[in-house]
Amino acid sequence: MRPAAAARAGVVDVAAWRGSPALREWVALARRLGRRRTAVFGLAVVVLVALAAVAAPWLMAFDPVEQSIGDRLKPPGWRDAAGRLHPLGTDHLGRDLLARVIFGARPALLVGVAAVLISGIIGMITGLLAGYFGGRADDALMRLGDVQLAFPFILLAIAVIGVLGPSLPVIIVVIGVSSWVIYARVVRGAVLSLREREFVHAAQALGARDGRIVVRHILPNAFTPWLVVATLDMARVIVIESALSFLGLGVQPPTPTWGGMLADGRVYLTTSWWLATFPGLAILVTVLGINLFGDGLRDTLDPRLKV
Amino acid sequence: MGVYLARRLLQSLLVLVGVSFVVFAILFLTGDPALVLLPPDASAADIAAFRERMGFNDPLLVQYGRFLRGALQGDFGQSVRHGEPAFALVVERLPATLQLSGAALLIALAIAVPAGIVSAVRRNSVLDYVATVTALLGQSMPTFWLGIMLILVFSVWLNVLPSSGRGGLEHLAMPAVTLGLFTTARIMRLTRSGMLEVLGQDYIRTAFAKGLTGRPVVWKHALKNAAIPIVTIVGIELGTLLGGAVITETIFAWPGVGRLSVQAISNRDYPVVQASVFLLASTFVVVNIAVDLVYTYLDPRIRLR
Repeated sequence: MRPAAAARAGVVDVAAWRGSPALREWVALARRLGRRRTAVFGLAVVVLVALAAVAAPWLMAFDPVEQSIGDRLKPPGWRDAAGRLHPLGTDHLGRDLLARVIFGARPALLVGVAAVLISGIIGMITGLLAGYFGGRADDALMRLGDVQLAFPFILLAIAVIGVLGPSLPVIIVVIGVSSWVIYARVVRGAVLSLREREFVHAAQALGARDGRIVVRHILPNAFTPWLVVATLDMARVIVIESALSFLGLGVQPPTPTWGGMLADGRVYLTTSWWLATFPGLAILVTVLGINLFGDGLRDTLDPRLKV
Repeated sequence: MGVYLARRLLQSLLVLVGVSFVVFAILFLTGDPALVLLPPDASAADIAAFRERMGFNDPLLVQYGRFLRGALQGDFGQSVRHGEPAFALVVERLPATLQLSGAALLIALAIAVPAGIVSAVRRNSVLDYVATVTALLGQSMPTFWLGIMLILVFSVWLNVLPSSGRGGLEHLAMPAVTLGLFTTARIMRLTRSGMLEVLGQDYIRTAFAKGLTGRPVVWKHALKNAAIPIVTIVGIELGTLLGGAVITETIFAWPGVGRLSVQAISNRDYPVVQASVFLLASTFVVVNIAVDLVYTYLDPRIRLR
């Protein structure tokens, strides 16, 4: 049974899948990626951060929002009266800094993944339409992209969030809706060359409808550059999320966010350096991991891609 | 070339119209601009009177026309907080922002282009390794954290640089480095990969075969071709810099448009918000026209299109 037919019938025919050319290609790709040590290292970092974010409540002995005013601003390595170690010290409300840094990964990754999905899907659709149909639609969509890029992104984001009020869905939608242009440009570029290829002409000659050609023949081939952009863009989105929470426009306290912790730390910079240092390191490590993996992915999939 | 330029100018004009529409729309995000502009404790009668006075009861298109006419004359209304014309307030702050962004761009170009070239020419050397790792760190480091760490080291611990305000070079140093780091990293990686690509091409081999030595080949033949993507990215990076200035100015209390607009947003001073978004976006568009002009010089093929 062919995989598509098997899927329609509701059975997964493993043997057929193993022989499918697409799957074989992905396995070969994973092998090549696995030989790039920096990419593997980056992926390992990202997986570790993600695991820590998911397992945070079981991992940490301390509640990230539990205050203990008597134990405020204690330096890293400090032990409280019960003898419990606070490896990164405590913040200005006596909360354990390590617990807050680890819980802070949750909003960062959540916003990162959700916003990238939104902008990625919008950009994929726009890029497919602009590239395949060309002409007026292409012109209009690309000018729209220029308008979008002309705005200092962060300023537009804080203006919109300032009006609508900060909340997780608002932040995700604002970042997601305003980051589609890079996806659209990359996908459009791929489609422009794909639509002149023989297999597309063949499908057209066989009388396939435009919708079918775009979805079945062009989209799978435009997916790899999209994936590279999505990976690298997630790094950017995580920095933006922390910048917004730094300005007080992110997920609101007492929920720990890396940006929010940095803003607190800035106030106590002269006396307690650890408050601002560790949340920033957490952002740096996460973003670095994503960038390393994304660079490896790009070099493996599409070395000529300029992103 | 004339046709090409005319087309680009027309496109930029369209972009500016789009910009004006979005700036206009900021007030209508919640559906009622009166509620956005007035303090939360305004009475119903106040709101109704305000709505009538500001013309919020007119059709949207009429309101947009009025907004556009005002915007073209630099009239975005009075600042709610300062009682002065919003546009004048923003324009007054523009030199500070341009100085900061310009200094950041200069630092970025002065470091990134030579480092990128050396990195490419001496591929896999220690220098290349150091440069590549630095660039990767620079691209992954959040601007505002770098700013705070610089303040911690140079203002709190060493006490050699002022942590805030605008004045001499000592005030400019930390904000410019903070703002410029991401751009430096980006331009360096681009210069390196561009040079590597160009250096592998036939005409470079030909130049070496003719008996030319390393330096002129690298600086004349290779760099001019590798410069094309660099010029493009400078145009785009200017947007990053103007946007990044919002955060950097907030951290270092730099009196520019970015800090003004962040304050305006927290004060619900929307005429100022609109004026600054409009001005920053227009600056970006104008700079990109200039970038296109440089482009036509570097790449004669464009003139023929």
